[in-house]
Amino acid sequence: MPKEEMVAMLLAGGKGTRLGVLTNNIAKPAVPFGAEYRLIDFPLSNCTNSGITTVGVLTQYKPLVLNSYIGSGSSWDLDRHNGGVTVLPPYVREGGGSWYKGTADAIYQNIEFLDIHDPEYVLVLSGDHIYKMDYAEMLNYHKEKNADISIGVVEVPWKETHRFGIMNTNQDQKIIEFQEKPENAKNNLASMGIYIFNWEYLRKYLIEEAEENEDSAGDFGHNIIPKMMADELNFYAYTFDGYWKDVGTIESYWQAHMDLLGEEPDLELQDRNWIIYSVNPNRPPQYLSEDAVVDNSMINKGTQIMGTVKNSVLFFGVKVAQDAVVEDSVILPNTRVNTGAKIKNSIVGRNVIVEKDSKIGIEKEKEASDELKITVIGDDEVIPEASNIKAGMVVG
Amino acid sequence: MMTPVYKKGGANMNNVMAIINNALDESFLDKLTGHRSLASVPFGARYRLIDFPLSNLVNSGVTNVGLLLQTKYRSLMDHIGFGKAWDLDRKRNGLFILPPAHIYQANRAYKGDLQNFASNIDYIKRSNQEYVIIGSPNVVANIDYRDAFKYHVEHENDITIIYRELDVFRRDTTYTVINTDDNDRIIDMKVDPKKNFYKKISLQRYIMKKELLLDIIDDCISKGEWDFVKNAIIGNLDHLKVYGYPFHSYAAVINSINGYYKSNLELLKPNVWQDLFLKNGPIFTKPKDEAPTAYKNGVNARNILAANGCSIKGEVKNSVLFRGVKVHPGAVIKNSIIMQKSEIGANAYLENVILDKGVQITSNKSLKGDTNLPMIIAKNAIV
Repeated sequence: MPKEEMVAMLLAGGKGTRLGVLTNNIAKPAVPFGAEYRLIDFPLSNCTNSGITTVGVLTQYKPLVLNSYIGSGSSWDLDRHNGGVTVLPPYVREGGGSWYKGTADAIYQNIEFLDIHDPEYVLVLSGDHIYKMDYAEMLNYHKEKNADISIGVVEVPWKETHRFGIMNTNQDQKIIEFQEKPENAKNNLASMGIYIFNWEYLRKYLIEEAEENEDSAGDFGHNIIPKMMADELNFYAYTFDGYWKDVGTIESYWQAHMDLLGEEPDLELQDRNWIIYSVNPNRPPQYLSEDAVVDNSMINKGTQIMGTVKNSVLFFGVKVAQDAVVEDSVILPNTRVNTGAKIKNSIVGRNVIVEKDSKIGIEKEKEASDELKITVIGDDEVIPEASNIKAGMVVG
Repeated sequence: MMTPVYKKGGANMNNVMAIINNALDESFLDKLTGHRSLASVPFGARYRLIDFPLSNLVNSGVTNVGLLLQTKYRSLMDHIGFGKAWDLDRKRNGLFILPPAHIYQANRAYKGDLQNFASNIDYIKRSNQEYVIIGSPNVVANIDYRDAFKYHVEHENDITIIYRELDVFRRDTTYTVINTDDNDRIIDMKVDPKKNFYKKISLQRYIMKKELLLDIIDDCISKGEWDFVKNAIIGNLDHLKVYGYPFHSYAAVINSINGYYKSNLELLKPNVWQDLFLKNGPIFTKPKDEAPTAYKNGVNARNILAANGCSIKGEVKNSVLFRGVKVHPGAVIKNSIIMQKSEIGANAYLENVILDKGVQITSNKSLKGDTNLPMIIAKNAIV
């Protein structure tokens, strides 16, 4: 096998508990996003667009949909003679086998895979962030700085620093301290969960951790990185100034969809210089009837719009019947909204039937505050005629 | 997902190959075929004409398809590639590009499409299927060949022609018409007759045994006959069992600019697009990974078919938009067909217009064709 400069390892085993009913049947990276895509399309497309052609996808939780979605990798142009995309589930060896205990353990258990490709650098990615990023630029930075480890960071608002892993840096962008979800942050550079490691070092630390610390959580943030820090390896922060969103919660998932709308969307998906690839579902063109009213929305093929759609994102195969109204919502594939139904501030799952005159997210509970509450309907639900599902409820 | 749509009691099509005949006169489409062949003319917001016959064959379970080429086939080859979008990139069988070998022999003038068959006779002989379906790309329909094939075999026909009885015989297009007796035997057939036409038209899908096709080609050429429909089919009506098989769903014959324009706009009728897109399996096309379409603030879009990748701010009515079309604020588009990556500037006005790919209409321009004579703007033009 020819030697590769950098191999990407994409951590895609997460359950995504905070996404609730949206991950009932699928791993988080397989969650649909942006009318056409699944979360994993973003890191995979970024890899292709950055010229990285060997990608290991580490799966664990409910991998079936994800495995068949990735297939041969041809959708992302990752069906290659050498490398390409390889799905790496946990497996059994001579001495037994185990689940991936954590992010680092997942890489450790696939040392053989990395040794086959024998890379200079390993890029570790997670499968649940929305962003368009050129990893090749980050690699150039890593080389320029003579770094042992580079961590992708974004500036987050100071009031949100307690939700992130914060990197404290010196003027040269060298990381001098790492604060995990700090009460009083000294900096507002949050880790994006994107790392470039010199493989030689990473390999050594992974093996040491596994052999010397049996109870290790096998986690980058808790085990490997603190140890490397203690050994004074060269850590550098690579600041990414584009759009980046962790869609780990219902609210952020909904908000990320709203970010696709507007005159100049925060995340432009129509950029032909940085295409986000997906397993293109083959569907007929979208049809808007004589009575359709559509405003500020993103709509995929295979949809039939006979009613009103405003400030919303509609996946393929969605039907909105006459006199139905969808506002400020995300409607997942193949869902049908029947006559007179009204939906607002909601996320409606796949293959849902919203029977006529139903209301979803329209009315508030009496004692509810003014805070925006997202209503969520899980996959395959049937919402009976004239039901009233109040704001903030979860069905599924 | 791309395996043929399962059909209970349907005929097994493993024994059937197909040839799509692109060696047709395409001059009638005027500016639209200046740089492409008829087969790669865009149709229905995200397709090319070839997508329809090709998808129909694949959905019916035919996996060996030869494409006879004649001229200007660069855009067609680009679209088809190795046939992956139709699941025809196979180790055995699959898609075969059949180039016009005779063009390299400058001293021999082009005589007719049978010459294209003849120059690829090895492919036909070598294919191990017993039957062949011959089709052409200028008929848009969603046909399941399994029923017609079953009828062909059970009825022991020599040739079966799929036909449709027209409700309206349009004078602005041309047809190959047929006349049948009470048992559907074809007793007369004419290509584009000026008078004495019939209500039944050939959908240009011919089913026969491969051996018969080889015999007919040899027979015709040895007599100096070079036209597939006129000589190979019509010339044999008297001494072969040639039967018609009726097709009852939507079918559009693209034989004129006006027919092309009207057929595109006809897709806006829900019963038409349902017939074409949702019955008998999907129509496949080359994926372009366009992002979904963005309807911006203040858009007014009604009665349209749109592909992905469009960004629409103006007013669009009764129109078909292909991939990546941009409509700026204040622009008005009515009864028009706007092809891939065309851009319509602010406050421009378009009515009864066909814009080919990549056309730019600058701000405040106004273009108007007639409902019966749409204005065509050629590829990449700047108006």
